[in-house]
Order: sequence, then structure tokens, then C-alpha cells
Amino acid sequence: MVDWFRRTKKGLLGTEKKVIPDGLWTKCPNCSEYLYKRELERNFWVCRQCRYHFRIPCDDYIKILLDGDYEEFNSNIKSNDPLKFKALKRYSDQLKSAISKTGSNDAIKTVIGNISQHEVILGVMDFRFIGGSMGSVVGEKVSRAIDMARERKFPLIIASSSGGARMMEGIFSLMQMAKTSAKLARFHEEGGLYISILTDPTTGGTTASFAMLGDIIIAEPGALIGFAGPRVIKQTIGHDLPEGFQRSEFLLEKGFTDIICERSKLKQLLIKTLDFFCLNE
Amino acid sequence: MAGIILDFERPIIELERKIEEMREISAADGVDLSQEIEKLEEKLNKLIEKIYSNLNRWQRVQLARHPNRPYTMDYIERITSDFIELHGDRYFADDKAIITGLATIEGRKIVLIGHQKGKNTKDNIYRNFGMPHPEGYRKALRVMKLAEKFNKPIVSLIDTPGAYPGIGAEERGQAEAIAKNLFEMSRLRVPVLIVIIGEGASGGALGIGIGDRILLLENTWYSVISPEGCASILYHDAGKAPIAAEAMKVTARDLEKLGIADEIITEPPGGAHRNPSKMAEILKEAILRNLDELSKIPIDELIKKRIAKFSQMGSWDE
Ligand SMILES: [Zn+2]
Repeated sequence: MVDWFRRTKKGLLGTEKKVIPDGLWTKCPNCSEYLYKRELERNFWVCRQCRYHFRIPCDDYIKILLDGDYEEFNSNIKSNDPLKFKALKRYSDQLKSAISKTGSNDAIKTVIGNISQHEVILGVMDFRFIGGSMGSVVGEKVSRAIDMARERKFPLIIASSSGGARMMEGIFSLMQMAKTSAKLARFHEEGGLYISILTDPTTGGTTASFAMLGDIIIAEPGALIGFAGPRVIKQTIGHDLPEGFQRSEFLLEKGFTDIICERSKLKQLLIKTLDFFCLNE
Repeated sequence: MAGIILDFERPIIELERKIEEMREISAADGVDLSQEIEKLEEKLNKLIEKIYSNLNRWQRVQLARHPNRPYTMDYIERITSDFIELHGDRYFADDKAIITGLATIEGRKIVLIGHQKGKNTKDNIYRNFGMPHPEGYRKALRVMKLAEKFNKPIVSLIDTPGAYPGIGAEERGQAEAIAKNLFEMSRLRVPVLIVIIGEGASGGALGIGIGDRILLLENTWYSVISPEGCASILYHDAGKAPIAAEAMKVTARDLEKLGIADEIITEPPGGAHRNPSKMAEILKEAILRNLDELSKIPIDELIKKRIAKFSQMGSWDE
């Protein structure tokens, strides 16, 4: 197998990209180790060599966290490109291609399902959909998920992976930060439990709103988490950034996340946390 | 007027100089030029109206950033009496990019917060160009909670190129500080009035921008990212900022059309920087009128309305 791969790498460079994603093997973006896909999936999409946590589609993440069946809600909400935005690409075209690539209408899925004996509302963002950016649809779906958790008195869990607010919807995107935070304030006042999971990457307006407002904040190891992007910071200050800057471990050290948890242990941690807050003594 | 002159302002400045010259000649030589001067002044007014009613979005952005434009402190000096500035977040430091304090406007006691830019390079370094660190947002929240405790309305003046992107800012939780403010401001039990007086860049603006009403001065911009930031990401060229400003629809008038702005405050002819005193007077009227209206609404209803206001923002199909 290894030989076959080496040959692919050397001899078929041009087709490498096509071969690998659909094939049995994939390369770790962090340590370049070739990984057998089926094994990788069994390992929760974590590199067995360097523990790199792959960015994965939201459906896979939902399956990791929930038991069996779940029900998606508000899947039909779609962006209507309110500014008729066009830069180098048309936003409407970007939406179309993201929809066909991911099979969802925007960068988050919100579902109702079970974790152990707990019924929960779960939102999982999808980085493949325009960088997991938050526009009106993500904001609205998060808000409705919060409302549903509040009405049903279920715990709320949101797993973020997002480059921040979606520029192509201008001021509307910015206001989703306000909207989701205001909804969480109400949820909080009524005693709702909100667990925020930060995965790679969680930056910009997503971090500066619902992602940082969890009663409990859990980060996956090595995830990039911050407000400003590292490139912008580097440009502004004019020198290199320290090693590990804006990674989960840095956030833990600085006091902005409760715990770092490997993806393989995440569900157990959620169960324990939910048991603690939601079961009678 | 001293200072920087924008390209599109140049014909106005030239005409003004001409009028000024004629006045000087008239005074020095005792020649009566009043008719000519009157004519030129009429021409000037028409020119101002013509130029400023046809500005494109990028030109509005430039006006919003005009170095002679009044900043928070200029308004404080002009419209409040007995201003007591309060400093520090009580955790880390006093952020000079956000000013907070106790103010009295025509006998009405309010808590005032606002971004503060510098008037010159030295001052700008002191004010960090109006770009707050987390401690700025935390100071603002501390003082807003004080307002809540003593039942005083809050006025927040927004004018920032963005929250500062730096190492210290990230270490001390820029995202957490902003998120916390959005969360807490949405449920403050006093009226909160937001006025965009210059630039409203992204989370840096929104971090002190949740309130019952959002007012924008006429020549301001407010969006999810600066036109330059958008241009460098989506056009791979910060120089395309004028196009990005058009695409993102960033001006006060745009926000009115998009249903975000509650009121556009008309600026004096040619913009706030051409007549800061007049601008302050207009702003004072708008603040007092809006606070009067908000103070009549029972607080539970006000908060309900505030949450509903932000809840309906956005645009989607289903
Ligand atoms: Zn690896």
C-alpha cells in the first residue's frame, strides 16, 4: 500500500488531488501522514500520528455527538442575497455551488436529538459552506434553535466552525451577532443550559457572539480561535505571531475556554456535563 | 478650513476662498462688493447642495473619516455640562479609545459612552486611532451597569475603524468582551440610544451598539467590515475599497433602506466637519427627543421591543 502511494505521489502528481479524496487514503494536512480513511473515520477524523482534528462536514459531526436518529429543523431557510452582492464572484453563484457541494442550504444544521438520556437542541456549523460564515440564515437558524431550546426547556449545544460574519450580506451579517446574543440572554435568564463547542476555526463575528457565550465552553485541541484573523494581526503589528497563538491551548491558558477535549472523548464529556446539570440528585 | 481637503470638496473650498478674498478687498479698499458676494454665496450654496447630494458611497466613507469631523469628546464639550469622565475596566486598564462618563444635557442626566479618535498623530497614538481593546468594552459595560443601577439612560456614540487586531487584544479576549456586551446590552433595564457619528466598523462598533434605537448621522457608514477589509479579501486588492463600499451598501441611507436605521440625522451643509457647533446642536435635539420618547415606554416592554428589533434583522427565504 505504501509503495502504491509513493508511486502516486511521484508519478501522477496532476491527478493526485482527484485520486486521494475519493480513494481509500487521505493525507493529514498537519503532519502529512497518509491515513486510511476508514480508520480515520473510526478515529473520529483525528490523525493517529499528530492528533490533528480534521475539519469535517456537519453531518459527520452530528453523528459523532448524537445517538441514532435525529430530526433537522428549519432546513429550508435560504439566503436571498439581499444586497445582490457581486465581487470577483457573484454571491448568488457562491451560494449555489456551496449548496450543491454540501447538500445543505447554509452553513449550519440545527437538529433535535438525543445524547444518552438527554433530549438536546444541537447546531453544527459547516466550514465547507462559504467558510462557515454567518449571514442572515445562520443567524436566524441559531436564533430559532435557541428559542426552541427555551420553549422546550432542552439544553442547547452549538459546535462552531466559522471564518466569521459573511461579508456578502453586509450589515445584515453583523446584526446576526446582536440577534443571537440577545436570544441567548433571554435563554440564560430562564435558566437554559448552553454548551458551546469551538472547533477549527472559530473566528470573527461568530466568536464575538454566540460561540463565546456558552455556560460551558469546550474547545477541540489545536483549533484556531480568535476575534481577528492571524493574517490581519500580523499585518497590523508588523511582526510574526508567537507559537501557538490563538490556538485552543492558548485560550485555555488565557482563561477563555473551560476545557479542551479530544473529539473521541467529546460525547462522554457532554453526557457527564448534561447529567450534572439536568439530572436530579 | 484648516486641515485635509477631500477631492470633491475642492471646488467648494475654492469658491469660499474667492468670497473671502472679495470680502478682504471690499474691506481694504472700501469698495462695495456686497452684490457680487451675495451672488457668489448663492452659487456656493447651490454648489454644496449639488456636490453633497450626489456623493457616491466611497465619498461618504471619506466624509465619515474626515479628520476635521467632530468626535465624541467634541460633542461632550458642546452638548453636556458637568461631564465626569470615568476611567478603567477595574480588571486591567483604562482604554483611551472608549470614553465613558456621567453627563448632563439640558438638565437631563445620562450616562454617555463613545469611541474616541485622535485629532493628530500624537493624539491618535494615545487613542489607538479609536480602536478599542477588550478593556474598552469592559469599561463600557461596567459604566452601563452603573447606569442601570441608578436608572439613567445610556447614549452610545459610535466612531471606530474596528476593534484592535493585536496580540494583547486576543490574549485578553477581544471576542469574549464584545460578545458579553452584546449579551448584556440587550437586557439593560434602562433606555439605550445608539448614534453612529462617524465610522461603524464591524464588531468593534457593535460592541457598544445594542440599543433601543439606532440613529445615524447622514455622512456615516456602518457595516460588517471596512470597505478596505472586504476589498482585500474578496477582490484580493485593498485598493478596490470604493467598489466594495458600493457592493456592501454601507452608508447611512443604505441602512435606512435596509431597515436597520431608525433615523438619519441631517448634517449641516457640506458635512459635520464644516460646522461642528451646528452639528452638535442638531445631535443634542435628536438625543433629547429620542430619550424622551424612550423614557415613556415601560421598561419590560422596552426590552421586549429591543430584542424583537434585533430578532427581525436579516433577510432570507423559506
Ligand atoms: Zn497528522
